[in-house]
This record gives sequence, C-alpha cells and structure tokens, in this order.
Amino acid sequence: MNSLIQYILYTLILVALAYPLGLYIRKVMDGQPTWFTNLLQPAEEAFYKIMGVEREEQMNWKKYLWAILAFSGVGFVFLFFLQLLQGYLPANPQGLPGVSWHLSFNTTASFVSNTNWQSYNGESTLSYLSQALGLTVQNFVSAATGIAALFAFIRGLRSAQTEALGSFWVDMTRTVLYILLPLNLIIALMLVGGGVIQNLKGAESVPLVEPIALSAQGEILEGAHIDLATKTVSLEGQVVPGAQIITEQFVPMGPAASQVAIKQSGTNGGGFMGTNSAHPLENPNPFTNLVEMISILLIPVSLCFTFGEAVNNRKQGWAIFSAMLILYAICLIGVAYSEQAGTPQLAQKGQVDLSANEQAGGNMEGKESRFGIATSATWATFTTAASSGSVNSMHDSYTPLGGMIPMLEMQLGEVIFGGVGCGLYGMLGFAILTVFIAGLMVGRTPEFLGKKIEPYEMKWSVVVCLATPVAILVGSGLAAAVPSVFDSVYNSGPHGFSELLYAYTSAGGNNGSAFAGFNANTPFTNVTLGISMLFARFVQMGAALAIAGSLARKKKIAVTAGTLSTTDAMFVFLLVSIVILLGALSFFPALALGPLAEYFTYMM
Amino acid sequence: MKTFRKVLPKATIMFLLFTALCGIIYTALVTGLAQLIFPYQANGSLIVIDGKKQGCALLGQQFTDPSHLWGRIVNLDVTTYKDRQGRTLVYAAPSNLSPASPEFEKLVAERVAKIRASHPEKEAFPIPVDLVTCSGSSLDPGISPAAAEFQVTRIARARSISEEEVRQVIARCTTGRFLGLLGEPTVNVLEVNLILDGKLR
Repeated sequence: MNSLIQYILYTLILVALAYPLGLYIRKVMDGQPTWFTNLLQPAEEAFYKIMGVEREEQMNWKKYLWAILAFSGVGFVFLFFLQLLQGYLPANPQGLPGVSWHLSFNTTASFVSNTNWQSYNGESTLSYLSQALGLTVQNFVSAATGIAALFAFIRGLRSAQTEALGSFWVDMTRTVLYILLPLNLIIALMLVGGGVIQNLKGAESVPLVEPIALSAQGEILEGAHIDLATKTVSLEGQVVPGAQIITEQFVPMGPAASQVAIKQSGTNGGGFMGTNSAHPLENPNPFTNLVEMISILLIPVSLCFTFGEAVNNRKQGWAIFSAMLILYAICLIGVAYSEQAGTPQLAQKGQVDLSANEQAGGNMEGKESRFGIATSATWATFTTAASSGSVNSMHDSYTPLGGMIPMLEMQLGEVIFGGVGCGLYGMLGFAILTVFIAGLMVGRTPEFLGKKIEPYEMKWSVVVCLATPVAILVGSGLAAAVPSVFDSVYNSGPHGFSELLYAYTSAGGNNGSAFAGFNANTPFTNVTLGISMLFARFVQMGAALAIAGSLARKKKIAVTAGTLSTTDAMFVFLLVSIVILLGALSFFPALALGPLAEYFTYMM
Repeated sequence: MKTFRKVLPKATIMFLLFTALCGIIYTALVTGLAQLIFPYQANGSLIVIDGKKQGCALLGQQFTDPSHLWGRIVNLDVTTYKDRQGRTLVYAAPSNLSPASPEFEKLVAERVAKIRASHPEKEAFPIPVDLVTCSGSSLDPGISPAAAEFQVTRIARARSISEEEVRQVIARCTTGRFLGLLGEPTVNVLEVNLILDGKLR
C-alpha cells in the first residue's frame, strides 16, 4: 500500500513542479522578462558583448545547425585533451594519470552528446579538474544545446514564411543563465544539506570495525582470526604466512554535489561515483533521492508545457504530455510489478522472505535498503524514460522483465519525455509521422499546427524517428559479430547478450545507464559506443532542424472542418500506438534473444 | 563549410565563457556555500570521536562477527585503492549478477546456509531479503528493520546482554521514511555496532 502511495506521489510532485517551470522556460525562450532579469541581465549583456553577438540576430536552420556543431566540436576537442593530459594538470590530489585515448574518446563523445555513458569509475579515473572543468561544463552545455535546438524547432512550427529560427548564441546564453544555473544552485545546496559531499580534498580513509585479512596472493581470507597486536592472521589455528591485514576503508571526496545536480537536471546521468546515485555519498537518503529523481524529469516534462504555451495551443502541449504519461505509466507498472515479485532463484523455496513486511521485500539484489523497490523502480523508469541514465540501483541485477522495460523505454527512441529538448523534438517527429499516417487513412492532406506536412518533412521525420533504432541495431549487431566483445560480458547465457544489447541501446538512445557488469573499457567497445552516441545525437538534431527550417518557410493554413484534430484522445491514442509499434517491430527479435529468453528459461 | 568557419570563433569564445562560468565559478560557489552552511555533510559525514575518525556514517562496512549487527552482503574490492603510505584500502563494488541466474541461486543458497547456522532460534522463519543480497553500491549503510530484528537474539547471546538492550540500540539508529511516506525505513548498521562496542554513545 505504501509503495502505491509512493508511485503516485512521485508522479504528482513531478507534474506540479514542471507546470510552472514550463511557463517560465517559455518566457526565457522568447526573451521576455523573468524573476531573474534584474539580477542576470548585466551578465547576459556582457556575454553578448564578449562574443560579439547581436541580440536580435536570426539564423536559418543551416546556420543554427553549424553553430551547434562548431560549439560541440570545440567542446569535444577541449574535453578529449583535458582527460589525456590530466596527469600533468592541477586539482588532482589523488595523482591520477591521464586516461587512454579510446576511453577519453568514449567519455568525450558521451558527455558532448548528452549521453553520459561511463566506461570508467569516477573515483579511480578522473581528477577533480577533469570532473569540474570538463564534465560539469559539458553537463551544462550539452543540456542547453538540446533545449536550444528545441527552441529553434518550436519557432519553426509557429512562424510562417520566414527563415528565422532564432540565434543559437542567445538561446544558449539565456538557457544557461536563466534556467540551468539558478535551478542547479538550489538543487546542489539541497543535496549537500542532505549529505552529498562537496569539497576539494583528497580522498579520506576511516578505520574498519572488523579488519579484513588477505593472503600473500591478495585473496580475501574469510573466517580468519586477526590479531592486531601481533599483526598475525590465523586460519583454523594455523598462522597464515605473508598475510596482509586491511584496517581502513577508502572514502572518496570531491566536488560531487555541484556535478550531481546538473547531471540529474540536464538528463545527463554521468555519476561522480562509479555506482552513480546508488552510492551513499552521492545519494544518501530518501530526501536527496526525491530531489535527484524529480530533477531527472523536471525539465523534460516542463518542456511539454513550454511547447503548448509557445505555439499558443495549450491543448497540444497537454496532448503530447498525455501520450508520454501513458507510456510512462505502462512502463512503471511493469517494472514495479516485476521487481516486487522477485525471482525463484532469490526466494529459495520460501527460505528467503520477499514479502513487504517491515522491509521493502522483492528483488533487493543491486538495490539500496533506503530506496527499496518503489523508489528504485520509479527511478529506473524515470531515468530511461528521460535520456538521463543515472541510476540508484543496478539495472544489471533487475529481473528479466524488470530489466527489459528500461531497455525498451530507450529503444522507443527516448521520447517518453526523453532528454532535455531532444525528447520533445523526437516526440514531435513521431507526431508528424502520426498525422501523416492518420491523414493517409482518411484521405486528407496531413497538417500539424496549421502547417502542411509534405514529403520533405516526412523524410526528415523518419530520420528523427529512426536515428536511434539504427544506431542501436547496427551497433549491437556489429558488436555481436566480434568475438572479443564477449570477453566484456559478465553474466552467462541470455543475460550476457542483454548486457551487450543494453550497452548499445543506451549509447544509441543517448541514455547512459548500463547493465554495469559489461566491461565497456576496451578499444573496440569504447570507439563503437562513442560513434553510436554521436550519430544518434547529431543526426537526429540535424533532421529536426531541417524540418523546422522547412516548416518555418510555409504559410499557415486555416483550420477547417476537415482538419484532423491533433489534440484529442484519438490522436493521443494513435501517437502512443505508433511509438510502440515502431519500437516493438524494430526490437522484438533482439529482445527475444536477451531478456525474453532469460525469462522463459529461468522464470517459468 | 563556409558557415562553419564563420561561426567557429564565436563558438570558441562561448565555450570558454561557459567553461569559466559552469566549471569554475559555479563549482567554487557551491563548494564555498556548502563548506559554510553544511561543513559536516560536505566533508563526508565522518564520525569523529575525541578527534579520532571512527567511520563514515554513510558508508557500510562488512560485518561477520556474531556480536555485531550484520549488513548487506559486501562485494569487497581490495585491489583498487591505496593510501599515501601504500597500504591497501578496502572499497566495494556491486555484484551486477542477474537475480534469475543459476550462479546467483547457488550464491544465495550458500548465504542462507551460513545465516541459518548462526541463527538456530530463527529456524522457523524465512530470512529477510536484505541479508542475502548485495546492494547497488555494495556500500549500503542500512538494512531493513526486519533484517535487524532477525539478528537480535544472536547478538544478545554473543554479548550476554538482554535482547531489549539490543533492540534499544537498533531503535536509536533507525531512520524512518522521508515525510513518513517516501523511501524505506532503515537501520544504520555501523552506528549500531559502534554503540554496541562502546565507541559511540
């Protein structure tokens, strides 16, 4: 019963906060005054002055796209070399060496494309300089780039007979200054208050209550007797020669909260720690979890309302929101049910208590006690609905179906709210596809928001909708054909294939979560995953801007009795069906080999 | 390509500006405010008694002694981290095992057998799931109240104290749900053991 309340409450809090934020973002997009204008306008003006940018500049779609590519390209080069050279740079109290070229390529592609897939462990791989100056910055700007591209897309929908889609420079500046910075200052401070670390000190160590003994070969000696006074270890009365006693535990430090805030709110997802928001210093309790989890979907949901307001058709915003909410609810129910039920392998014929009596119960492998099933399942649904990819539990240890649904959410094209900006223009690509199909069925010219949808828009909508499936299927197909990739797989049997499929799904969906048993830090996987991420991100973005450019040039046509409504329940139903249909058709064969095979082999 | 060359200088300047703003100013501002307002949390919630560090309140440790409260299963990492003197430090990593696999079934069976052997008085009861599973971070500081209650008799017996005393310590280290609704109630295992050992009051 409590779980049910949690599921409903999390969803309600999210929508209640997203609605006002959506209206606020619309004002930022259109350059209107906001609460922060008095405070931040001098900074905004200074930015324009230094860059030499005219506030009124208007770009056509090609220039807008080139500006995005140039900006992302500069960020790519900077981040790539920053990681290679971190060993020679300051703010590196652990003395970590530079990372390998292929890991640096992967991480750079990952953070520039707003994927934030991680082939590495933050604690043991990256210096504070790389984290703050490299990753935190990309967390901000890759999110802002997605939002800016959405602004351009919306302008294309609502304007007529023009080339103008706004200025990338102005959109970026306003998005970072007026939306992301204030929001994340608040989130970061709430997180520190709740217990997330934020300092510039080197790692600490603390004593263990029960020391641990290692053999001379470095193996853990279980059940050994440790005499700290004489520093001897004995096993069954025999002194073990050369044994080592560990008396202290590693405690990571660093500027975590500031990065965690933006990794959550910018649908980035790359954790400061290797285990992301499952780590108690990154997400210590249900309060910090609430803040972090709501932040995942806050902007993606609010952008639905921004869109409705901006095109002066609130109903259209609600219609798109409803379609996303329906898909989200179906997924949440599926994950929650599977995880609460657990597996027969865990239940041990009733020897292990999986009930929800004085405990969370269910499949607790890979889940934290303080989050239990409800809070973990909600997070898993949020993070794969959005292209966040941060986790508070290990998806690799989900039940076969509980782990398949997050994978499917990404495979549907990251359009269930999706990434900041890109989720909505992805879904609008599907909406254009839907009006086209619906138009064909009733024999009318397809229209969307008073614009005729013609072959040009259709072609690019198909690219928007298929960029993700193509990146996933080509990537995972290629990887499955390379024998060495199977050395990266951790679990045996169909679950091992699921790990591989999940990795390429996550990259192609620009998500970044993982079945973390999969070791992606090899040259082949690092490079192919990196290419998948860049392809999915920028091909989809380019296609969306091409549609925007074409729609902006068109005349508005009047709504008549013959116009197919794109705001009613029928449209929402059609849109949901087409998203599911396209995803299911693309991925059923692959899922049958992974999670479904695992389910039918071990759960029946 | 001509357009690309035209926008490149502005893109570079903007990137540098954002690097300064989001990388340096933002991080410094949050760090400064955090150290000012929440120094204990910002520095890792370390338990310090009489100037001596006794543990990190947020990080779980492995406990196997009968006189201690046991936590989640810890998948120890003894190879990655060393301190400045080169001594090995212990950390942990999640299992990433599929809970539907035969390997997992065998592991859980071993854990069940071990727990059964230490808790003869609980023979008739199923074992709370937290005690046989590894958490997401493998550094989970907490367990469910059911998992703590399961061990009360064993701890009392090992320490020759009353079960009531053990329950009192557990109750002191139990945190409820946020606002009574969100998340799950947990018992902080390290704190219970530090109190039982007389290191923490």
